[in-house]
Amino acid sequence: MTPRIAVVDYGAGNLVSIEQGLTASSADVVIARDAGAFESADAVVVPGVGAAAPAMERLQTAGLVEPIVEWITADRPFLGVCLGLQLLFETSDEDGARTFGVLEGRTQRLDRAPTLPHIGWNQVERRRSHPLFDGIADGADFYFVHSYAGTPTTEDDDVVLAETEHGGRFVSAVARGNLLGVQFHPERSGDDGLRLLANFVALVRTAGRATADMAS
Amino acid sequence: MLRRRVIPCLDVADGRVVKGTRFVDLVDEGDPPELAERYAREGADELVFLDITAAPERRGTLLDIVERTARRAFIPLTVGGGVRSVDEMRDVLRAGADKVSLNTAAVAEPGLVSACARRFGSQAVVVAIDALRDGAAWTVYVKGGREATSLDAVAWAERAVDLGAGELLVTSIDRDGTGLGFDTGLLRAITDRVSVPVIASGGAAGPDDFVAAVRDGGADAVLAASIFHRRIHSIASVKAAMAAAGLPVRATTGVAA
Repeated sequence: MTPRIAVVDYGAGNLVSIEQGLTASSADVVIARDAGAFESADAVVVPGVGAAAPAMERLQTAGLVEPIVEWITADRPFLGVCLGLQLLFETSDEDGARTFGVLEGRTQRLDRAPTLPHIGWNQVERRRSHPLFDGIADGADFYFVHSYAGTPTTEDDDVVLAETEHGGRFVSAVARGNLLGVQFHPERSGDDGLRLLANFVALVRTAGRATADMAS
Repeated sequence: MLRRRVIPCLDVADGRVVKGTRFVDLVDEGDPPELAERYAREGADELVFLDITAAPERRGTLLDIVERTARRAFIPLTVGGGVRSVDEMRDVLRAGADKVSLNTAAVAEPGLVSACARRFGSQAVVVAIDALRDGAAWTVYVKGGREATSLDAVAWAERAVDLGAGELLVTSIDRDGTGLGFDTGLLRAITDRVSVPVIASGGAAGPDDFVAAVRDGGADAVLAASIFHRRIHSIASVKAAMAAAGLPVRATTGVAA
């Protein structure tokens, strides 16, 4: 089965890299500008950089917020990248935007950072093992470009998959069921980044088989 | 810990990589996507394309090169040269760039920096500053280093950050293409005053210059062109020197860092 992955396009930034990275991992990528593209999709990816409020506005205008939240609530395979991870939380301190709210907590500025934005390669240190990082060394370098990071509440802290240090520690990857999010850019992180995307595609394939088994 | 970045710069004119001395005397040095892929493989942390033709009728050529590069090299790409509007920046990002660097247009219309930062986020907006030493200070030049402005480089750097620049690319015109090393005085004057990452550019001759740009200049990243294109030094040897000096660098394939 070649999984079909809908990459959400809301008018900001580079989609070429993530599309190419997923295609290289044998996924069939469809660019989603409205919810229609979700119908035939096995997974949804929300990429993106920048501020939360304009992103939420554009997603709202495209009628994508509710379909995305429903997709995640149904525990269907989802990957949020950078801003796509931050949007999973309830609000963003950056501009007060109300975001998806599927994870408890909020997006906060990296206040103790020696330089902001946090731009460059930094180590992703795992709190627990997860197939998303199969074949990738603990502490491997990934590429970051952001000033804010999603911070789960203490009650929701078990979603944390990995952390990274830049003046203080922040959450650099989350996982709950089929919901995955990374603060770094796997599509810009060389071989380890491509491996992570391939691991995601493999997880989508497994989830698809599980659904098919339940249906049969 | 955040790694110090080594960034090959590809000056692009009419779809080819070129390099001159002090912004003139251009020599053809290869195909951009091909060189980009080679650098990614060799451990470059990021790439910068500076379109130094930047004639409006050539935009299509640049966008095509950006897209072909993004499909081959899975490391971040910054594109500069001739971007004068939010829409032009959007086109370059959609073609596969992660950041756009603004230079002449930012000086001419500082509001463009704010508008681009609002639309795409500060992290996507690099302000490039070409500076020429003038006694104890540095003057900002525009139009590829050909035209002086009345701006002081350090004051302009601070203003650019206030406007929304997420990173500064600081080139010493005096040193560019000379191999005399980076102007660490210029870098230090700027890094002492801003909290965004600063990329050092202009004058790299050998690995020690990269170390000095970070240690003495306070740069977060170091950019060079000719020494990599002409294989005078490899990215690995530069990173090995930085690691030996105690600077955090990302390991490259086949080299311990």
